[in-house]
Amino acid sequence: MLKDQDRIFQNLYNDLGPDLTSSQKRGDWINTKDLTSKGRDWIINEIKDSQLRGRGGAGFPTGLKWSFAPKEVGSRPHYLVINADESEPGTCKDRDILRFEPHKLIEGCLLTSYAVQAHVCYIYIRGEYFVDGQKLQAAIDEAYEKNLIGKNAAGTGWDLDIYIHYGAGAYICGEETALLESIEGKKGQPRLKPPFPALIGLYGCPTIINNVETIAVVPTILRRGGKWFASLGREKNTGTKIFCISGNVNNPCNVEEEMNIPLKELIEVHAGGVIGGWDNLQAVIPGGSSMPLIPKEKCETLTMDFDSLMAEKSGLGTAGIVVINKDQDIIKCMARIARFYKHESCGQCTPCREGSGWMWRMLERMAKGEASRDEIDMLEDVTNQIAGHTICAFGEGSSWPIQGLLRHFSKEIKKRNKFDPIINEQKDIPYLVDQHLLDKNA
Amino acid sequence: MSLSRPAKNQPENFEFNSSSLEAANQIISKYPKGKQQSAVMALLYIAQKQNNNWIPLAAMKYIGKFLDMPYIKVYEVATFYSMYNLAPVGKYFVQVCTTTPCMIRGAYKLVEACKEKISENESELSRDKSCSWMEVECLGACVNAPMLQINDDYYEDLDKEKTLKILDKILNGETPKPGSYRGRINNEPENNRKTLMDLKNA
Repeated sequence: MLKDQDRIFQNLYNDLGPDLTSSQKRGDWINTKDLTSKGRDWIINEIKDSQLRGRGGAGFPTGLKWSFAPKEVGSRPHYLVINADESEPGTCKDRDILRFEPHKLIEGCLLTSYAVQAHVCYIYIRGEYFVDGQKLQAAIDEAYEKNLIGKNAAGTGWDLDIYIHYGAGAYICGEETALLESIEGKKGQPRLKPPFPALIGLYGCPTIINNVETIAVVPTILRRGGKWFASLGREKNTGTKIFCISGNVNNPCNVEEEMNIPLKELIEVHAGGVIGGWDNLQAVIPGGSSMPLIPKEKCETLTMDFDSLMAEKSGLGTAGIVVINKDQDIIKCMARIARFYKHESCGQCTPCREGSGWMWRMLERMAKGEASRDEIDMLEDVTNQIAGHTICAFGEGSSWPIQGLLRHFSKEIKKRNKFDPIINEQKDIPYLVDQHLLDKNA
Repeated sequence: MSLSRPAKNQPENFEFNSSSLEAANQIISKYPKGKQQSAVMALLYIAQKQNNNWIPLAAMKYIGKFLDMPYIKVYEVATFYSMYNLAPVGKYFVQVCTTTPCMIRGAYKLVEACKEKISENESELSRDKSCSWMEVECLGACVNAPMLQINDDYYEDLDKEKTLKILDKILNGETPKPGSYRGRINNEPENNRKTLMDLKNA
């Protein structure tokens, strides 16, 4: 288990209070000026040395992302945007940072803004987190009052304004370009990339977008050194991470742990074990609902980091672990996730808009045992038609969990759905979904 | 995609009152000059708050003029995002999260409670027109599942019985206390905490 002194978020459970005085006791804001006086290149190199990877899901190296910002500010100002549109089912880590460790985030905003030369920072918070956003706003006001942000922020000579922008219940706005559209006052539909936001982002200006957790760990990394952060976890999967363990466990919780921790340790030690015992485990979704589930056999030895989960054809994503035990109907669980994606598709690309509904309806029928045998292959085909054929990664996000289900639980589906296609029995129903099979069987 | 339809009965006029106006101008100042369109989402919230929890079409037209943008662009935004209520929802708007992490911990029991207490169908006003409920997608409090949101507040670690009590309160016009209903402190593992113990005991 990670040593307590190596935990970055000391106030994860709000034992100490989120206010400025308590935060300063925990080490926030103490020598911000010394850190910036070492220069931009030092900050970016230190983050590169720490091998910090983005905590929002994709795991892109943060130092590298920052280095994409233009070295000189031209006619267009630079922006920093913080993505706090946390909506991935299974994930609730950013909420705790917003309400209990706001000063880590605000100081991180200052240091990052300095590194990428931004004078304005927008924090995009999902609308449902209004109360938590108010708590962050109180912390921002406190920081303004003490001159930690604003003109000559914290004595660094850098001017920074931080504003909160509330979303309004659209999951897709967690996608970085959709988020920018949303800040610009449009509906949140992702943009084509390239151009990447680092060059053409918010209002057409260079913009760096990072997740809340990524930015909130920056001050600690700079204070304790990139080498310290890199010493935790393993090569390319370094540092600590907040894991959210939800679902059928005895003590669902958020906990900060070292990367590459065994999944079994997280569930058994921190979350109090699976309800009904380890043998009652059916499957685990390791990184928020977009990531393919992992069946029990593999959970025994699985370690939680980006690359080891990738090797299992899944991903760490946001590290929102959903534990599903044998009391649950796994097909129904996935059908509900498919309904989530159907609801949240932005409607821009046809494969996703239409396909997410198809996948949901097929899975609903499969859960009830009303699907025909060959629909399993058809579902697989639909997922492949969506993934990789859309503007943003939502297409992958919505089809991966279903591909995971088909990969590991197709026996279960086949057991329940063993009909021949209805078309073979009743050829005279004109509106049948599997109408196209007529040609094949003619 | 989600579907939201404007209400049939629409008021003719809408205007910001003085406190809304002040809030709106303050929000516009957050954005660069000429980019006032960015404030549209916040202004829709202000209109919703002023107009008893829902946004009439007149408010969208008003906001369009206010921000110097076409009405259709405001309409687009108001219908795209699910948190804008385009029809009356009552003083207490109950949203039950039923996405998988909540579902497997019994979220549909909460839905049953809402059906018993508020109305048979979702998005339907209760008999006294004071509240309504609906199923929503992940509210981002998965380790506190099952949970629901009433207006801005989260009610966590619920079961059917506790939900019934909460709903009784709102039907009596009281606002129940938000937070965990199992007495746990924030997101810590109940009675099983292994980390940061020095701080807990300090």
